[in-house]
Amino acid sequence: MLSRVAHSLYWMSRYIERAENIARLLEVNLQFLLDFQGLNDASLKDHWDSIILSTGEEKLFAEHYKTATSRTVTEFLAFDLRNPGSVLACVFAARENARMIRDQISAEMWETLNELHLYLKSQNTTDVWASGPHEFFARIKQASHLFQGLTGATYSRSEGWEFIQFGKYIERADKTTRILDVKYHILLPSASDIGGAVDTAQWQAVLRSASALEAYRRAHVSAILPWKAAEFLIFSDSFPRSLHYCVAQIDDFLRRILSEMGARPKSDAARAARRLLADLQSLSIAEILKQGLHEFLQQVQTTLDTIGEEVVQTTMFYPAESSTEEQQQQQQQ
Amino acid sequence: MSLISSTYDAGSFFDEMFEPDGKTVRPHYRRLAERLTTLPAADFNQRRAAVDLAFLRRGVTFTVYNDSEGTERIFPFDLIPRIIPGREWTKLEAGLIQRITALNLFLHDLYHGQKILKDKIIPAALILGAKHFRREFMNFNVPREIYVHICGTDLIRDHAGNYLVLEDNLRCPSGASYMLENRVAMRRAFPNLFSSYGVRPVETYGDALLKSLLYLAPDHSDKPNVVLLTPGVHNSAYFEHTFLARQMGIPIVEGRDLVVRESKVYMRTTAGLVQVDVIYRRIDDDFLDPTVFRADSMLGVPGLVAAARAGHVAIANSIGTGVADDKVIYAYVPKIIKYYLGEEPILANVSTYLASEPLDRKYILENISKLVVKSANEAGGYGMLIGPASTKAECESFRTQVAANPRNFIAQDPIALSRSPTYCDGELQGRHIDLRPYILYGKKITVTPGGLTRVALRKGSLVVNSSQGGGSKDTWVLQGDE
Repeated sequence: MLSRVAHSLYWMSRYIERAENIARLLEVNLQFLLDFQGLNDASLKDHWDSIILSTGEEKLFAEHYKTATSRTVTEFLAFDLRNPGSVLACVFAARENARMIRDQISAEMWETLNELHLYLKSQNTTDVWASGPHEFFARIKQASHLFQGLTGATYSRSEGWEFIQFGKYIERADKTTRILDVKYHILLPSASDIGGAVDTAQWQAVLRSASALEAYRRAHVSAILPWKAAEFLIFSDSFPRSLHYCVAQIDDFLRRILSEMGARPKSDAARAARRLLADLQSLSIAEILKQGLHEFLQQVQTTLDTIGEEVVQTTMFYPAESSTEEQQQQQQQ
Repeated sequence: MSLISSTYDAGSFFDEMFEPDGKTVRPHYRRLAERLTTLPAADFNQRRAAVDLAFLRRGVTFTVYNDSEGTERIFPFDLIPRIIPGREWTKLEAGLIQRITALNLFLHDLYHGQKILKDKIIPAALILGAKHFRREFMNFNVPREIYVHICGTDLIRDHAGNYLVLEDNLRCPSGASYMLENRVAMRRAFPNLFSSYGVRPVETYGDALLKSLLYLAPDHSDKPNVVLLTPGVHNSAYFEHTFLARQMGIPIVEGRDLVVRESKVYMRTTAGLVQVDVIYRRIDDDFLDPTVFRADSMLGVPGLVAAARAGHVAIANSIGTGVADDKVIYAYVPKIIKYYLGEEPILANVSTYLASEPLDRKYILENISKLVVKSANEAGGYGMLIGPASTKAECESFRTQVAANPRNFIAQDPIALSRSPTYCDGELQGRHIDLRPYILYGKKITVTPGGLTRVALRKGSLVVNSSQGGGSKDTWVLQGDE
């Protein structure tokens, strides 16, 4: 497979997964705030600040917006093309990567991304806001699920498949850490709040942000206990968005991509993935909380970045995007 | 309300569907006319909208330049097909095969003995001074002696319905994907009409193209690797490139995906370098290899020309074919056919005046407002003057240019292109059309029955190019005659 194609498959997959996760994060939190109309302005702002912080784009946000409100954060995370991590920017990037390798993916996969792109182009913030954003977020999530289903149903289990899956799980693992981190940023709950209505609702929101509420309830038929929710999202070995599950997939696809079949890994990426997997298999939630949840999650994010970067370096020689000058020549010719 | 209004105006042009009285339907259009009279306008519009939406969703688009957002548009598609009876096609096919055969012999001669120049059939200065003549390829033997593997010849019909060749596109003719996509759209819009008409299939194009590319593979490779070389995703024809690559199941590559080592071409894959045997390139000569042609090209592959010269890779179309589709050389094609084949041309040219010939030049300069003037190397409807439709100042500007650089210009009598009923403003109106059939030169020469019919959607316009308000129609070649 061409390196450039592998690169585009990887990013196409990451971007659509990213768009879906951001859409869900936004939707859940908008919903959450509706449930707690009583929150005062200061705690509303804290809430949205924590969301921006968790995406890692707080500087960019501060450059373009004054305060974090439902409206500005939605604008920034959903529609603002100046934010490369906005839903819109991610969908456009996923679609552009797909367009570059239009010949390599199935017609169904391409059409799903293209239709989502056309739909988003026809929307504007004011209208979405006026009619309630639920429909908007639902479309994005559905398109992402449809895309993943179609990929499973129409794409050969080949090298390309490995890159698509690898990209998806890297992105998903990263987003799960960020969703968990939101809770850290919101507040280090004061002792009296723990287990209170707001605290429980916040943990519920965290679980819903990862589509995990129902799965959690089936696993723990009890009230939502803070450490249990974190434990579930980090350690579950069967829930497809838990960190453990994602890293196991990453390890698996990484072995195939880098032909790392031996007992001891040869590349740094495979070594890092296996070490992380071992941690997730053996640590307990108590140990993580002792170290600090936030610190742990940050470490995981760094490891995921390193793994992704090394795979890009070893299998793909250059970025799929072309320079402006190249683009001009492509047109002229 | 019927789509065909009783006031349809066939004008003084050759109308594809109606006899000159503007009422009597030509025999091969009768069944279509019957269908259209029974089809309510609302129903027709619904099908039109469905087809447009399908094109958009599937991304059957071209990129509009000079638009900062890189807008993609669909190529406007008209639901009224252009129909060609079987016997008419047989003659067209023979004429096209004759023409590509002669042009291929001509190219071989130009890059070898240059007999045709020595015999003074064509002034040597015209060739040696031509922009697209590639000295680097003198005495080089191209695989199987084929220069032009894919050809898209533009045909028009005059006021009497005679088919004339307007130009030969011997470099990287585009549009074949629209021929195929238009057929898919029509089949969906009018499934029953199709089965009753006996339309010859165009779907063989992808296979035939692959076959003619495989025919070029160097002998040593038993499983040759064929690739399509594209300028990249920002090129206006990128959709077509991916489409054809998918039809053939071959990889689509950009220049940066390829690398030359010891005169062999390789593609960079995740598993290392893999040798490439045949390149279907959709990049002009100029951009192909920065070490030989334009040094600033970022789209090409350094060393590609050397690899081709060493015989390790075949390039389709060959380098240097542009010299034979030059608009000045065009005027000599009838002589070229006679010279190499000893036959009379089956398809005529549009009568052409060469500004490089003193008598012709005088005529052009004196009558510029009555002529169509074209610069020799431009395409896409650019660099051209339609005298009767231009202002005095525009004519004057061209007169100065022609006088200053006569080798670079030709002029032709304006041809009243034939018209076809086309859906405009809620009814059918006559619009001018042309036809680009696709000819493939492999083990044998095949012409796909059909082609791309382009239509000038603006009222009265003669320019069919997509960049200038043109659309397209499906082209039906019938098994029989009606």
